[in-house]
Amino acid sequence: MKERGFTLLIWASALLVAAMLLWVLSDVFIKGLSHLSWSFLMDEPSDSGRSGGIAPILISTLLILLVALFVSIPLGLAVAVWLSDFTEQRSEFANIIRLTLDALTGVPSIVYGLFGNAFFSIFLGLGFSIVSGGLTLACMILPVFIRTCESGLSAVNNDWRKGALALGLSRSATVWHILLPAAAPAIVTGLILGIGRATAETAALIFTSGYVDRMPESVMDSGRSLAVHIYDLSMNVTGGDDAAYASAFVLITLIILLNTFAQAGVNRWLKGRLVAL
Amino acid sequence: MTLTSSINTRPYTLGSMNTGEPCCEPIAHLQVQNLSLAYGQKTVLDGVSLDIYKGCITALIGPSGCGKTSFLSALNRLTDLSASTRVRGSVLFDGEDLLSDKVDVLTLRRRIGMIFQKPNPFPLSIRRNLDLPLKEHGVNDRKIRAQKIETALRDVGLWDEVADRLDSSALALSGGQQQRLCIARALVLEPEILLMDEPCSALDPISSAVVEALIIRLRGQYTVVIVTHNLAQARRVANYAAFFWMKERVGKLIEFGQCQNLFEKPNHQLTAAYISGTQG
Repeated sequence: MKERGFTLLIWASALLVAAMLLWVLSDVFIKGLSHLSWSFLMDEPSDSGRSGGIAPILISTLLILLVALFVSIPLGLAVAVWLSDFTEQRSEFANIIRLTLDALTGVPSIVYGLFGNAFFSIFLGLGFSIVSGGLTLACMILPVFIRTCESGLSAVNNDWRKGALALGLSRSATVWHILLPAAAPAIVTGLILGIGRATAETAALIFTSGYVDRMPESVMDSGRSLAVHIYDLSMNVTGGDDAAYASAFVLITLIILLNTFAQAGVNRWLKGRLVAL
Repeated sequence: MTLTSSINTRPYTLGSMNTGEPCCEPIAHLQVQNLSLAYGQKTVLDGVSLDIYKGCITALIGPSGCGKTSFLSALNRLTDLSASTRVRGSVLFDGEDLLSDKVDVLTLRRRIGMIFQKPNPFPLSIRRNLDLPLKEHGVNDRKIRAQKIETALRDVGLWDEVADRLDSSALALSGGQQQRLCIARALVLEPEILLMDEPCSALDPISSAVVEALIIRLRGQYTVVIVTHNLAQARRVANYAAFFWMKERVGKLIEFGQCQNLFEKPNHQLTAAYISGTQG
């Protein structure tokens, strides 16, 4: 009897969570799809976004993300490799870095926004720009990305490290040809978490990349991201709900597409290197 | 080269004790002098002096935990991996102390290869397992690399088994094949010395016999140092044997000599007890 109650509870919890996700998704899909059209994707917004489309917003979103990934992927991988292979596992300094990263993971995004505004926009003089926003997002995704990659690298079979060492392979060759490819699944996970967090970000971007909704002329221009657009439509623009739902639909689709590309891209990179794990 | 052989007309570890007739004129390839090794505060090996003879197979025997593997990994500086490991003493190789900071460890490890207990082919194709080390050591001509790869695979008797699937995963091979691939991967760099840490212990009896036959074939061409817990195997493959034992929790070299002699007429009581199975 007790056993059955327990089983029921577990099942009910799982169903509840699945149902909530399904509800949100179907709400966005049903309401969003009706407003969605080819011109919505290709036109500039007008009337504060109530009509027109989201073309410049889509471009800004992608540019901001590109800047963020361009900075955080190489930097994050380098730090992860340093933590897993270039420092003693129990070194005091490395532990301080790990602790800092874990603490940064929990910092609310609005704090990143304020920091980005003070540091990138004002101190470095980058102003309200796509670069400022991208760099702020890079700061935000780096902690999670580094820790995920590090745990992936640490989990790589130590026998391969010893084998590489005994063959007199250089450290760079070992990292590049053996460790990184072997840790690729974890790197993809980190990337997907990062893309998800960055694409859905609002608070960190309002103060850094701004909310101008025209087509950016360069990365030094201000640009509005999709998430900021949705926030603006639903909070500040009466009658903007239809466009907000359609934008949310585009945002979700975009995240799914990006994750698929990330996975496929890494698989392709692996193909020439790893045969199997 | 001439330096090491000239100072070694009388190898000191084969000193006054009766260690039997040598199989050939012994020329020291490595001269280990007073080697001690500690992990942090814990000394695991103390005062080991021993000559490793060129072209011969030297077996290191003794119970687990008496420092045989630590000894082996000091010889190709794998001990550098952990900052808390301290190695003292000297190991002369071509007249130079290989423990010195001045030694280029990457070149040293190319000249002194190592095979591990568990086969550890990289998660790459069979070809790339051998291609990568060659490329890294500056063999840039693709044709020469292909030739060296074929030679190494033929040397370990793997060529006929894998020639038609060089680009498939090395991890799909059987345990014995993987171990032979690892030996080929070491041989492809044309080393002078091979260190083997229980190379057969993770293999089934048939694969083990194949690898053992391969090790015997290496004799003469390469200098081999092999750690083994299989005394029968030590007797079958080795020219020389070194017996290690724990004394007051520190590994020591008890006896070194001609393999047959050490097994038939051990000089030391502990050796006799260990090989007869009454201790260890």
